[in-house]
Order: sequence, then structure tokens, then C-alpha cells
Amino acid sequence: MPAPTAVTEVAESPPPELVTPHRPKTVSRRQARLRSTLTLFLMGLPALVLLFVFSYVPMVGVVLAFKDYRPARGVFGSAWAGLENFKFLFSSGDAWHITFNTVFMNALIIAANLLVSLTLALLLNEVRDRSPRLAKVYQSAVFLPFVFSWVVVSYFVLAFLDADHGLVNHALTGVGMQPIDWYSRSGFWPLILTIVAVWKGVGFWVIAYLAAIIAINPEYYEAASMDGAGRWQQMRRITLPMLVPLIIINLLLSVSHIFHADFGLFFQVTRNSTLLYPTTDVIDTYVYRSLTSLGDVGMSAAAGLYQAFVGFVLVVLANWLVRRRDPQKALF
Amino acid sequence: MATDIRPVRRATPARPDWPRLVAHVLLALCAVAFVAPLLLVLSASFSSEHAIDQHGYSFLPHGFTTFAYRYVIGDPTQIIQAYGISIFVTVVGTVASLLVMSMLAYTLARREYVLRAPLAFYVLFAMLFNGGLVPSYIFITQYLHLRNNLMVLILPYLVSPWFVLLLRTYFLSLPVDIMDAARVDGAGELRTFFQIVLPLSTPALATVGLLTALIYWNDWWLGLLYIDKSDLSPVQLLLYHIISNINFAASNSQTDNLASVPVQSVRMAIAVLAIGPIVAAFFFVQRYFVRGITIGGLKD
Repeated sequence: MPAPTAVTEVAESPPPELVTPHRPKTVSRRQARLRSTLTLFLMGLPALVLLFVFSYVPMVGVVLAFKDYRPARGVFGSAWAGLENFKFLFSSGDAWHITFNTVFMNALIIAANLLVSLTLALLLNEVRDRSPRLAKVYQSAVFLPFVFSWVVVSYFVLAFLDADHGLVNHALTGVGMQPIDWYSRSGFWPLILTIVAVWKGVGFWVIAYLAAIIAINPEYYEAASMDGAGRWQQMRRITLPMLVPLIIINLLLSVSHIFHADFGLFFQVTRNSTLLYPTTDVIDTYVYRSLTSLGDVGMSAAAGLYQAFVGFVLVVLANWLVRRRDPQKALF
Repeated sequence: MATDIRPVRRATPARPDWPRLVAHVLLALCAVAFVAPLLLVLSASFSSEHAIDQHGYSFLPHGFTTFAYRYVIGDPTQIIQAYGISIFVTVVGTVASLLVMSMLAYTLARREYVLRAPLAFYVLFAMLFNGGLVPSYIFITQYLHLRNNLMVLILPYLVSPWFVLLLRTYFLSLPVDIMDAARVDGAGELRTFFQIVLPLSTPALATVGLLTALIYWNDWWLGLLYIDKSDLSPVQLLLYHIISNINFAASNSQTDNLASVPVQSVRMAIAVLAIGPIVAAFFFVQRYFVRGITIGGLKD
């Protein structure tokens, strides 16, 4: 941040040729101010309108969860349904099932991401001073999957798991084992999806943690090595403790999103295979399916509102906890 | 050869640095594992259909052939059309998005602006709570009537609250006296923004612009929801339709001669054509992604 004192300096000593004593100062200033406010408002307007249309209007649309929606009558013309949609959702047992899958899979992915990203960041930190070029290559390779879309990832996964041509089944038959019809065996998918999610997303966290490690004051390490601490000890006694605040904050932020699944991961990578639903059907895929294949607007809106509401409470709660630890890192 | 001894002696270090060596080995294995899927698909796209049927997908193509690519390029209308849609959406979306977001971010960074605080909250709240899929879907299809309209692939992503706040943080970090000097010299808000703030902000604009371009290029979600005409389909949606449809055709084709269509390799060739630009761009723009990740907090 630049020193804010610069503002007052300029204001106190305006260049003499710019002072116009003849003009009635107060009126022109007020006018200028009004004009500037108006300009600023108009500059922000396009984005504000877009946010209104694509974020705020849908917020009002959550009333759909309490409606018996009929397209011909519109959102507000449709009859109220009270809590019928929610009753239907929760009595079918689907709500519990998809909530469990969402939270369980997200917890697995959060834990795996943390473990792998910390390990890789610490390893990269060990090699980066002697071999900066190689460290850069490693980091690039790990980050590469970040730029692929989930559709492309589904092609990659298919190349491994395709029943007839997949690499894995060919390896299995090669050593005399039975091939596995991966896209119909739901038991494997919590593991498969965790691997895929870590593969695609961990590069992001590696960079974040590596940046935090690099920012640690090198004097700590100098002092430690003078006291005879080895690299392992330095890692355990300096690097990891210094990362703990960041880890806690990242965990809190991840947990606050635990009710929102990554639709692409659960829809594209599983190729939306019905047989996998026991482990891979999450709130987001359920809402999508209820809306597009079943056309049940009311119930999918109810499931969406349930997700948005719990998600909102979690975010506010997590932000409150983060704020207590480090107000700088809090979102609001 | 008397000098023979010297290199041998030099090659024996005082103490082998085992921990560092282990770190290198682990990192190298990881790096290979992370790139491997890309190599597998690349190899499959250069394999003959017969080889894939026999050996499955493998890291080295059995019977190297460019047949799949020639097959795709033999009837390129669909893929060229999809490319056109994707390029149009990405370019128009990114430029428009940068313009409207940075204008809003600038107003939120102006300390004298009276609406600054309430509008900042307006942006932030859009990030915290959203109505979800169903209300957006009904609103866009039944009220805005944007189904099968190219705009539906652009408009919903134009303003990302996160990027607006990120740009605002950057604008706030610019030296205030430069902007004040401009205003003292009689420059209005618009001129200050376009002639002073924007030129000073190329790093932030490049980062946000590239991340936005990546979002547009990689998007299939909006297409899946709102586009069902194949001539309006962007590349990613085309890829999705191919992976869900061709497979269907292939699994029903045991008896007839559809099997002669090189399904496996062609599918992978199309995937390679779709990711080619992204992988090529990756090496040039990686540092911007990294900057986007490591950029500081949102507070001012």
C-alpha cells in the first residue's frame, strides 16, 4: 500500500497556477462533485445491472421452492404449495443420501488436497534453491491440469477406465486378472473421484502454499541452522508452524463450501452413469437432473434452496471464525 | 591416461545429499503422473483403430498414424463451427467482462464516492448467496427467452464478484497522488480511468482477463443448459456430445459395419484439437495464473 499521506500533501499545496480565485468556489466544487458521483455511478451501472439480473433476480426466484410451478402461469401466478416440495424431498430419503454424498466426498477431497499440496509444496521448497529450473518444471506439470475443462478430463479418465480399451483393464488382464466394468461399480468412485479432483486442483494449492513458504523470513532458518538444526527439523519447527494459520483459514473456507459440489467432477467424470449414483449423486447433480429430466421445478428448487441456505450459514460462520483469527483474511 | 582419475574423484561427492535426491525423485514421479493422462490421449489420437482394439489405449501409439486427424479434417464443418463459436464467446466475453468489471471496480476504489460502501456490499453479497440453478434457469428461459441465443453463453459470466473485488484491491494499491494530480489538472473520472488507471493496471487486467478467458473457453455448463442447436455449440459442448453419443452408437454397432468408423481414435483426436490451444497458451500465461492465485487479500 502506498502512503496515504500523499493525498493531504497534494491537497495542501496546489500548484499556484491552478487556483482560480474568480470562480465562485463552493458552487463549482459541489457541481464537480455531483458530476463526478454521477459519472462514477454510470460507470458502475452496466456491471451492477448484470449482477442484478443474474444474481439478485434468481435470489427472488427461490420462492419457486414454495410454489407448484406451472410454466403457463409464471413464477408468481403459480399456486403456493407451502412446504410440500420440501416434504417430498425429505420424505423420499433422497435428501439424506445426496447430502451425505456431497459432504463425504467434499471432506475426502479437502483432506486429500491438503495432504498432497502441503507435501508437494514442502518438497518443492527443498529443491528450489539448488535447482530452480527443475522446480519450475515440476510446478508447471502439477499445475497443468488446472487449465483443462471437466469435459476434457472425462476423456482422460475414460482413456484409463474404458471397459474394453482402457489402460487399467488392459493392465489387469495383462497380469491375468478380470477386467472391471468401472462405470458400473459405484464402490470404487469415492477413491477415483478424489484422485481426479486432487490431480486437477492440487496445483492451485501447491502454488498458494509455496508462496506462503517463500514469504517466511529467511532469518529464522539462518538462526536455526546456526543452532545446528537440520533440514528436517527446520521443516518441522519453522515451516510447518508458520503455515498453520494459513492452513486453518484455507480449511475453514473449504469447509464453508462443503455443501456445494463441483458439478463437472460429479457429472462429467462419472459420465453421468446411473449405476454410480449410490456414491456419486450429489446435491448439484440431483438438482440438475430433477430439473432437466424430471421437470420437477418445485422439488429441485427446494433442494437448491436447502443447499443455498445451509451453504450461506456455513460461509457466514466460517468467516466469523476466520475473522477472529486474522481479520485481514476474512471475506467481510 | 593419467587424467582418468580426476573425474572419478570429482564425481564422488563428500556426502551424497539423500534427502534432496529423494525429493527430486518424488517430484519427478509426480510430474510424470500429472502429465501422463494428456500423453495417453495424445498417443491414442495417433493410434490406428485396429491397434486400440487390440492393445487398448497406451502411452506409445501402436502403429503410428494420422488417420484420425485426417478423418476429422475430412469433414471439418462441425468442428470449425464450434471453434468459431468458442472463439467469439471467449473474445467478446473477455473484453466486455474486463470493461464492465474494471469500471465498477474503479468506482468502488474511489474513496470519495458516496455509494462506495453500499455498492461494495451489493457485490459481496452476490458472492455469498445465490438463488441456485432452478430460479436462474426459469428466469433465463421463460422470461429473458435466451435459449439458443449466443448471448446466453456470455452474459451470465460477465460480472464475477470475486474478480471485481480483486480489481478493486489492485486499483486501491495504485499511487493516489497520480490520480489526484490528474483530477487537479481537470481530468474527469472517465479520463482518469481510461488514461491513467487502466494503463497502470496491465498486470491485474492481464491476470483477470486470462482467468476470464479460461472460464469462457472451458465452459460447457451454459451450453448444456441453454443450447440445443448443434450449430451454436461451442467446442466443449461438442466434446461432451461426442463422448456421450458416439459411445452410444458404438455400443449398439456390434452387428453392423459402423465398427469401421474409427470411433476411439477420432474421439481422442477431437479432444486433442480442443485442448491444443489451451496447452499452447499455458506455457505463455502460466505466470499470470500464478499471480492470480498468490494475489493478496481483498481488504483495503
